[in-house]
Amino acid sequence: MDQTLLTTLIVNGTSVTRRVPARQHLSDFLRDELGLTGSHTACEHGACGACTVRVDGAIVRGCLMLAVQASGRKVDTIEGLSDSGELADLQAAFHRRNALQCGFCTPGMLIAAQDLVTTRPEATREEIREHLSGNLCRCTGYQAIVDAIEEVLAQRRGAKT
Amino acid sequence: MKAASFSYVKPAALNEVFDLLERHGDRARVLAGGQSLLASLNLRLSAPELLVDITGVPGLAGITVSGGTLRIGALTTHRQIERSPEVARHLPLLAQAVRHVAHVAIRNVGTFGGSVALADPAAEYPACAVALDASLVLAGRGAQRRVRAREFFRGLYDTALQPGELVMAGEFPLSGEAYRSAFLELARRRGDYAIVGIAAHARLAAGRISDARLAFLGAASRPVLALRAASLLEGRPLDAQAIAAAQATLDDDLELPADLYASRATKLQLARVLLGRALGALNG
Ligand SMILES: Cc1cc2nc3c(=O)[nH]c(=O)nc-3n(C[C@H](O)[C@H](O)[C@H](O)COP(=O)(O)OP(=O)(O)OC[C@H]3O[C@@H](n4cnc5c(N)ncnc54)[C@H](O)[C@@H]3O)c2cc1C
Ligand code: FES
Ligand code: FES
Repeated sequence: MDQTLLTTLIVNGTSVTRRVPARQHLSDFLRDELGLTGSHTACEHGACGACTVRVDGAIVRGCLMLAVQASGRKVDTIEGLSDSGELADLQAAFHRRNALQCGFCTPGMLIAAQDLVTTRPEATREEIREHLSGNLCRCTGYQAIVDAIEEVLAQRRGAKT
Repeated sequence: MKAASFSYVKPAALNEVFDLLERHGDRARVLAGGQSLLASLNLRLSAPELLVDITGVPGLAGITVSGGTLRIGALTTHRQIERSPEVARHLPLLAQAVRHVAHVAIRNVGTFGGSVALADPAAEYPACAVALDASLVLAGRGAQRRVRAREFFRGLYDTALQPGELVMAGEFPLSGEAYRSAFLELARRRGDYAIVGIAAHARLAAGRISDARLAFLGAASRPVLALRAASLLEGRPLDAQAIAAAQATLDDDLELPADLYASRATKLQLARVLLGRALGALNG
C-alpha cells in the first residue's frame, strides 16, 4: 500500500489540500489530481524540460520533485501564468515567429523563457540558448524560439525606457 | 516511468535523520535536491522503502568564509554557488565549474552535498574538490570527521561515506594571490555531464608555473590528478614546449575508459586539447 500524506500547496494562487501518495511527483499531481494538464511529462528523468513549472518563483522540473516536497510552497503552472497575462508578450511572439509546431515543449519553453527575460534582460542569443539548454524541442530546430525570445527581450527593454 | 512505492519522511533535526538511517539501514535513502535520486527512482534503477528528506534540517545550507577556509554547506544549491560573491572571489575554479552543472531548473534544486555524495565520475565538483585539495566534513551519530577529497572519492559512485553518515559540508582552503584556475569541459550538449573535463589550479609567478593541480573529470572512475604532467611542469615557464610535453604524458596519467560515444583515443585527444587550453588560460 502506498503511504499517503496530507499536503497543502498554493497552486496558481489558490491553496489546495489533498492526500497524496509519497511517490507521486509534482507533475502527476498537477495533471491527475488537479487537471492542470498544461505541464507535460515525457522523459520523467530530468532530460527534456517539458514538465517545467515554477516553485517559489524558481523554475524546476516537476518530474524531479515529489508533490509532498512542494508542501507549503507556491507552485505556478502554465495555466496560472497564462491567465494572469504574465506571459502574454512571449506567447504572442512565439505565435508570430512560428516558435511552436506540435506545441508539446511550449509550456516548458515559455516558463523557462520568462525566467530568462525577467532575470537577464540583456541576454544575448548565446545566453538564450544556454538558458534553454534544458528544454528540448523536436520540431522547431530552436532558431524560431530564440528569435521570439530575443524579440521580447528587446520589447521589454524598450518599454522600460 | 514512475517510481516504485516508497514512504517519505522529513525530519526537522539531525538526530532524527541518524535515528531513521540507523533503524532502516540500506532500505532508506537520503533525499536532498532529488535531481539525481528521483530521476533514478523514476527509472526504477533502485527501489528504497523510505526516503529521508534532509532539507528540513537547519544549518546545512550556506557559504561562509573564515580562517582561510571557504565552507559550503551540503544543502547549498548549485544556483546559490553560482550566485555567491564569496565563491566568485575566493574560488574562481568552482565559479567557472558550476555553470557546467546541468541546466538552470536543475541547478535551482540540486545540492553540493548531493553531487559530492553521488560521486559521478563526470561531475564537476568532485574534480574541483580534488584540484583545490578540499576536505569533506562527514557526520554520523555523535561523530564528525574530515576526509580529504583525494581519499573521499574512491571509485565509480563510491565514496568514503559509511552507512548512516551524511556529507555535512565541503571545506576549501583559500590559496594565495599568485594562484590561478581554469575549468573547461567538453560535453555533447550544454548542461550534459562532461565527456572529459579539467579543473586546473596552479601558482604562476615570474612566468613560471608551480604546484600545478590538474584534475580530470570523465577520465577515470573518479576524479584523477595528472601527476606526471604536473611534475614535468614544475618550475618551468609555460611555453609551447612545456605544454606539449605535458600533453604527451597524459597517456600514462589517465585511464580514459571508452564509453558509448567516445573511444579511449578520442578521449585522450580531447584531454590533451583541454590541458593545452587550460594551461593557456592559466598563463593568460
Ligand atoms: C538532466 C540532468 C543533467 C545533469 N547534469 C549534471 C552535470 O552536468 N554535472 C553534475 O555534477 N550533475 C549533473 N546532474 C545531477 C545534479 O547535479 C544533482 O543535483 C546532483 O548530482 C545531486 O544532488 P541532489 O541534491 O539533487 O541529490 P539527490 O538526488 O537528492 O541525492 C543524490 C545521492 O546522494 C545522496 N545524498 C544526497 N545528499 C546527501 C548528503 N548530504 N549526505 C549523504 N548522502 C547524500 C542521496 O542519498 C543519493 O544517493 C544532472 C541531473 C540531471 C537530471
Ligand atoms: S518530463 Fe521532466 S524533464 Fe522530461
Ligand atoms: S514544438 Fe513540437 S516539441 Fe517543440
